[in-house]
Amino acid sequence: MVVQRKIKVLVCKPGLDGHDRGAKVLARALRDAGMEVIYTGIHQTPDDVVNTVIQEDPDAVLLSMLSGAHNALCPVIMEKLKEHGIDDVLVAVGGIIPDEDKTFLENHGLKGFYGPGTDLNTIVEFVKNNLKR
Amino acid sequence: MTIIDEQKTLKPTKKERKEKFRNLSNIEIKRLYTLEDIKDLNYTMDLGEPGKFPFTRGVYPNMYRGRLWTMRQFAGFGNAKQTNNRYKFLLEHGTTGLSVAFSLHTIYGIEADDERALGEIGKEGVSIDTLKDMETLFDGIDLSKISTSMTINGPASILLALYIVTAEKQGHTPDQLRGTIQNDILKEYIAQKSWIFPPEASMRIIVDTIEYCTKYVPQWYTISISGYHIREAGSTAVQELAFTLADGFAYVESAMERGLDVDEFAPRLSFFFNSHNNFFEEVCKYRAARRIWAKHMKNKYGAKNPESMRLRFHTQTAGVSLTAQEPENNIVRVTLQALASVLGGTQSLHTNSFDEALCLPTEKAVKIALRTQQIIAHESGAADTVDPLAGSYYVEWLTNKMEEEAEEYFQKIENLGGVIPAIKANFFQKEIANASYKYQKEIENKGRTIVGVNDIEVREPCSTPLLKIDEKIAEEQIATLRKIKLERDNDKLRRVLGKLKESAHGTENLMPYILDAVRAYASIGEIINTLKEVFGTYQEDSIY
Repeated sequence: MVVQRKIKVLVCKPGLDGHDRGAKVLARALRDAGMEVIYTGIHQTPDDVVNTVIQEDPDAVLLSMLSGAHNALCPVIMEKLKEHGIDDVLVAVGGIIPDEDKTFLENHGLKGFYGPGTDLNTIVEFVKNNLKR
Repeated sequence: MTIIDEQKTLKPTKKERKEKFRNLSNIEIKRLYTLEDIKDLNYTMDLGEPGKFPFTRGVYPNMYRGRLWTMRQFAGFGNAKQTNNRYKFLLEHGTTGLSVAFSLHTIYGIEADDERALGEIGKEGVSIDTLKDMETLFDGIDLSKISTSMTINGPASILLALYIVTAEKQGHTPDQLRGTIQNDILKEYIAQKSWIFPPEASMRIIVDTIEYCTKYVPQWYTISISGYHIREAGSTAVQELAFTLADGFAYVESAMERGLDVDEFAPRLSFFFNSHNNFFEEVCKYRAARRIWAKHMKNKYGAKNPESMRLRFHTQTAGVSLTAQEPENNIVRVTLQALASVLGGTQSLHTNSFDEALCLPTEKAVKIALRTQQIIAHESGAADTVDPLAGSYYVEWLTNKMEEEAEEYFQKIENLGGVIPAIKANFFQKEIANASYKYQKEIENKGRTIVGVNDIEVREPCSTPLLKIDEKIAEEQIATLRKIKLERDNDKLRRVLGKLKESAHGTENLMPYILDAVRAYASIGEIINTLKEVFGTYQEDSIY
């Protein structure tokens, strides 16, 4: 019998944003879909995020951002991951991400961009289909 | 056979749309309500005349026939100058009270040039660092004539001090000022997350503001005890009702422990509720809230003054109910939610703008939201009589039911040792996380239909124009702060902050020291950091 390794996901709330309802619901949905989920809690600085990634070695990092700080914080997180040679982790951002910001964020290596009203299964499938390792 | 017996025996002939009908609190709703369901209802004891105990029918005898609710649109973005312009726009279009949304760095008492403020400045509210910003925010607005609500919690006493000093500079005394600071830290630990200090220190600061305002700012509402955020975080309506009132009782108990007379401070406590999609459930929630508060204040806390028993509240329509899909539909959702709050007897109302699932509201969207209130007020007839839904079998039954379920929660919270121990045990946080997950699953399983979201397959691209915050705002805010720090008397500043720290170590009321610091142009961040040295900070368990 082949034992399949569980997909390990880090759900993060970067910045000062306290709107964590979506992040928590998503964390639970990913867990219910059989993944190993770590939820960082709120108020994560880019350094906090990167340190947790180094410690936990997740397959995917999902950033939940509703405060409008995504264009400022996401590139910093991506830059710092690169500095640590981490390039095989799926990094996605969702929350309130206006369409017009997507290209900018994509150019920094981010994916996802799921907003309010997204079916949880859509995100579960997205994670499964976009892993880099 | 009576009519009631006859109705009970008449079985519906066709299969119903659902096996069970449940509202958003998971209360099962029957096919029909009759006199039977409210046969124990005693008009005088359970409802009372409007303006009389237990205030179920409303806090005033003539309600909106006397004065309409305050149309108070929550607004703040960018810098103080931009928000000042938005206030003037709202005032020109008939808004009757101001409501300040602060930037996240202000909410946490973090200065604009702190690295944690990166990307946050002016995005979710107006960026305020010092008295200078506050003077700009209210420039040309007479603070003795308008009432202002400030959504601020951790640094609430500092923002109140800033408001008092800004008014002083306009030539007004504190006793002329009318408004509200949210100042409700308990719901921050429970749901909204913008705490700074540990709960015990936070409660001391809150009681300080209550004590100070009772003496010097008597027209000010000292706390806006808020269910709004609890609901937005995912609670049911019953949980919103129960947790909010439990918080309210905790504040009453803390102030009484300080030795304050309940009838001196309780009349200046106010409430803030959400208005979500289930119309009757929301109406009943407000009615039940009034009755529960009145009964507890009278019977448990020994209030004698009817003002202490009157639950006055602000309502905001449910942000979380707004959809990013077909956003124009939100105008209709907001209308129904606003109508529910009016039929529930709200004292003031914020109607959300239809584009808020996408961005901070544009001017056009804000205007429609305000017009929605005006149409309800002037065209619908809903404001012509007091508590028009009273006496409905369904409404009275559901009001009773929600009160009963709230009382069960009060018992559970008491068994855990009270609100603060229950927070530390993650009781509220777990209840809310469970409720929000259940709600989301119901939508995904199509147990609940959200029009335009889970009932359609074809998705049109979004074409709503969005409000963008210029990134230059952050640079300007940082420059303003640095300029103030160069220009002010920094020796004096160190002295006043030193005294503040000393008083924080003791038991004195902090307000006079905070006022001195504000007058010396201390930034909110500097005052908060001074207090953090004494009180420390709080960390939550990140459960989901």
